[in-house]
Amino acid sequence: MAPRRVIIRNHSAEANLFARRTFIAFAGVLVLLLVLFSNVYTLQVNSFEKYQTRSNSNRIKLLPVAPNRGLIYDRNGVILADNKPVYSLAVIPEDVDDLKASITQVSQLLSISEDRQAKFFNAVKRKRRFKQVDLHPRLSEQQVALFSVNQHKFPGVFVDARLKRYYPFSDLTTHSLGYVARINRKDANKLELAGKSENYAATHGIGKLGIEKYYEDILHGKIGHQEVEINNQGRVIRTLDFTPPTPGKDLTLTLDIELQMIAKRALSGKRGAVVAMDPRTGGILAMYSNPSYDGNLFVHGISSKNYKKLLNSKNLPLINRSVQGYPPASTVKPFLALTGLEEKMITPSSKVWDPGWYQLEGLPNKYRDWKKWGHGWVDLNKAIEQSCNIYFFDLAFKLGITKISAMMERFGFGDYTGIDIHEESKAIMPSVGWKRARYNKPWYTGETLSVGIGQSYWTVTPLQLTQAVTTLVNRGHRKVPHFLHATSETITDINPNEEISEKNNAFVAVNYEEQAPLVLKQHKNWDVVLNAMHRTVQRVDATGHSAFKGTQYDAAGKTGSAQVARIKQDEKYDAETTQESKRDNAMFIAFAPYKKPEIVVAVAIENVAKGGGGTNAGPVARQIMDQYFGSRVITSSLDTPTTNTEIMTANQHGHDHANNLIYNNEAD
Amino acid sequence: MRSSGQDQQQVRSLWQKLHIDFPLLLGILSLMALGLFIVYSAGGQSIDIVYRQAIRLGVALFIMLVIAQIPPLSYRKWAVPVFVLGILMLVSVLLFGHVGKGAQRWLDLGFMKFQPSEIMKLIVPIMVAWFISQENLPVKLSTIVIAFILVLLPTLLIAKQPDLGTSLLIASSGIFVIFLAGASWKLISICAGLASAFAPILWIFLMKDYQKQRVMTFLNPEQDPLGSGYHIIQSKIAIGSGGLEGKGYLQGTQSQLEFLPERHTDFIFSVFSEEFGLIGVGVLLSVYLFIVMRGLWIAVNAQHAFTKLLAGSLTLTFFVYVFVNIGMVSGLLPVVGVPLPLVSYGGTSMVTLLAGFGMLMAISTHRRFHT
Repeated sequence: MAPRRVIIRNHSAEANLFARRTFIAFAGVLVLLLVLFSNVYTLQVNSFEKYQTRSNSNRIKLLPVAPNRGLIYDRNGVILADNKPVYSLAVIPEDVDDLKASITQVSQLLSISEDRQAKFFNAVKRKRRFKQVDLHPRLSEQQVALFSVNQHKFPGVFVDARLKRYYPFSDLTTHSLGYVARINRKDANKLELAGKSENYAATHGIGKLGIEKYYEDILHGKIGHQEVEINNQGRVIRTLDFTPPTPGKDLTLTLDIELQMIAKRALSGKRGAVVAMDPRTGGILAMYSNPSYDGNLFVHGISSKNYKKLLNSKNLPLINRSVQGYPPASTVKPFLALTGLEEKMITPSSKVWDPGWYQLEGLPNKYRDWKKWGHGWVDLNKAIEQSCNIYFFDLAFKLGITKISAMMERFGFGDYTGIDIHEESKAIMPSVGWKRARYNKPWYTGETLSVGIGQSYWTVTPLQLTQAVTTLVNRGHRKVPHFLHATSETITDINPNEEISEKNNAFVAVNYEEQAPLVLKQHKNWDVVLNAMHRTVQRVDATGHSAFKGTQYDAAGKTGSAQVARIKQDEKYDAETTQESKRDNAMFIAFAPYKKPEIVVAVAIENVAKGGGGTNAGPVARQIMDQYFGSRVITSSLDTPTTNTEIMTANQHGHDHANNLIYNNEAD
Repeated sequence: MRSSGQDQQQVRSLWQKLHIDFPLLLGILSLMALGLFIVYSAGGQSIDIVYRQAIRLGVALFIMLVIAQIPPLSYRKWAVPVFVLGILMLVSVLLFGHVGKGAQRWLDLGFMKFQPSEIMKLIVPIMVAWFISQENLPVKLSTIVIAFILVLLPTLLIAKQPDLGTSLLIASSGIFVIFLAGASWKLISICAGLASAFAPILWIFLMKDYQKQRVMTFLNPEQDPLGSGYHIIQSKIAIGSGGLEGKGYLQGTQSQLEFLPERHTDFIFSVFSEEFGLIGVGVLLSVYLFIVMRGLWIAVNAQHAFTKLLAGSLTLTFFVYVFVNIGMVSGLLPVVGVPLPLVSYGGTSMVTLLAGFGMLMAISTHRRFHT
């Protein structure tokens, strides 16, 4: 260093100056520390609640947990709608190091198609962070096993089990049960409007049709919640709190799956429907519409190819024919006869001459009987037994449309039966007012004559027919047709010994109120008509006899053959030469046992090749009843009134147990 | 002072012979111990990270003790050559430096990576203190001007890397020397005025986009809560939700569930405040205050202008660390990368800090050898 001048230092002055400056700096330090502390104080004390809330909302998430859907059983406890675990192969892409390689490998292992892989990669682009994406929606058991063995090779890929609806009887129950399918935008909007969105937050499927739709609220249950702590990547660290979901209630139906099977067998190869009902309760024993389809297809999302196939099938499998309108034809003759008796237009013994045709005065049209040469003198019994058209042309003419439709409406024709599915049609009970409203045309008397034999505009659903017959056999007591017999309810049993209350699920029967009864001016008119129906089946020469020959039970019924196409004046109908879709429909209504009816059946079969209701629809009704009465021995005939009531009541009791059973099943 | 030397020699304890300032050591060790506990909590409760930090602390303490043995006045001999060397290294960092985390801070010496800016944290106060202490205090204007240039040169070189935190610390270490040397208040107010005039120029010409972004985020963090505002928002949530008593050790949800970024390094104060609350913060700040008080006490009692200025500057710079770090994580200051001294996980700055404390201890214990 260069020589420097000597500095004379005033050490104490320097020390003083330095001490002053240090003190000022220290004061500054204190002030700044105070600033820091008061800032932290503001955060931790003044804004504590705000930040605590934000901290909690950072880490706590409420995960919805879907309730298990209630199961559906038939009247004997056979499961009709089940929840089955379905295994999907799911991937959390964030957990996979090399997504592409991993997916390729796992796809090779489980032979997953390129198509699915492409779909997967598309879904990955649209998903939220740490949400799983399905690579395969439904793995087979072999695939699950194969993957489980190799799982360690594929971090971030896992098998996800979910409960999905399963209908073990597939197409046998679809029209009544309906099905559950994915909640779509429309469903979501409806739920939103009804304020139910929150309850469906974790639910994937919703009842779309039939019982599944009608009882959606009961079957669905109540959502549960899992309160979880998550980290900054949204991954669940631990469960803080769990509110379990309340499973939906199980349903026991009045349906008998064995009757359902018989109905399917009886209708195989035909288009038509069968409805069987217990007239004592209104409970539907069987409802089958052929052809049907497998509801399970819709549970997993039906492919558009399959859906188009169903939609475009000329046999219209999607339609539930048991709640669609058919021309009732002669099956409504007993009801018309009853109307005639009530209106005192006829008596049981009053007769009409049937030359084979009927002509209105001053009109050229001839209304023909199905028997070309006529039935001769016809009274009420013969008119129903032989299904004589001329008698009913005459009766209808005398009654007029207004009286007819008024009475028929009291039987429920032209209106909803109130059954617990939504797909029901009202069908048509024509009247002067109806025609005015529908076609803006006056009513013609000729149309009244057609109504007299269950034709013209008149349509009824097989279900309406069973309801009307039920009203008939109950002599005016009107039952509401229904599927639901009982719901599972949680019952808390208090055990006095252990002072522990046990929760059990037990089925509790649903009470149905009757509709306003149909009261006749003369009660004995019921018996007249019922007797005529009995004779129709039991008398050897009657139209309904052949189908029920030799039954062990005492049945009654009525046939019907509906003209589908208009037949020109003097033209002869021959089924074999007529185009299939223009052939007659066959109808049949029946009930048994005659004295104390337990079952009412209505059958409709479209476009039969040959014969009428008695030869085509009658045997279907009989098969149902044969199955229903099984090995029961109930003999009866017109000539020997029932004497073995002992057997009957004993057997009835035996059968009744199914109605009144309370099914106990363990709460799970 | 020599006359009383003999009495003092008797009183002088073992600590003094080892050149250790016991109160300072106590404060340092308690912060280090606390730091290890919080690093454990913030580092995902991994004991490995605690071991690594403990080893660093051991090395740093050893360096502190070695430096404490060197008589402080001897630094003066080395001030100029080391300062020149430091400046050359900063220039070479800019020219051939190793890029890490978007900034050029490292010099690869082949066998180790080296951050020259850290060394400058010590060299700049030594250089400025030496330069000023050559003359009588209070410091003259001409001296101040040269001193300013001595400070500005490394500051700008480091800011260019860019390393705003370090350049801020280096600038303040130099300015503290000038302040303590008695720069007139008039001059101080003029400088303050110039600085605020210089700020827009700094903004436009010198600051990089990400630095501007940091300042904008600081001004309004909620504007981009998931982007650049995320750090500061999560940090404030962590601190605020700690409340008075804190959530408890290892119970801080913001840190344990990783909502908080940079938990064991720059944002370790947020972890601490979340788990120990305002009471913990009070204790922590008291320990820092204690260390600052001890450092200033050493400065006031130092026997030479050089050592006074150096000790004062080192102590106040240490406080700048504390203020900037806590200020930034609690939303008072923009986010600049300054660790919480003696507590944050990390090696380089810890070594520099303890080397500084070694100097303080030397100044405190080598008094009798002054010339």
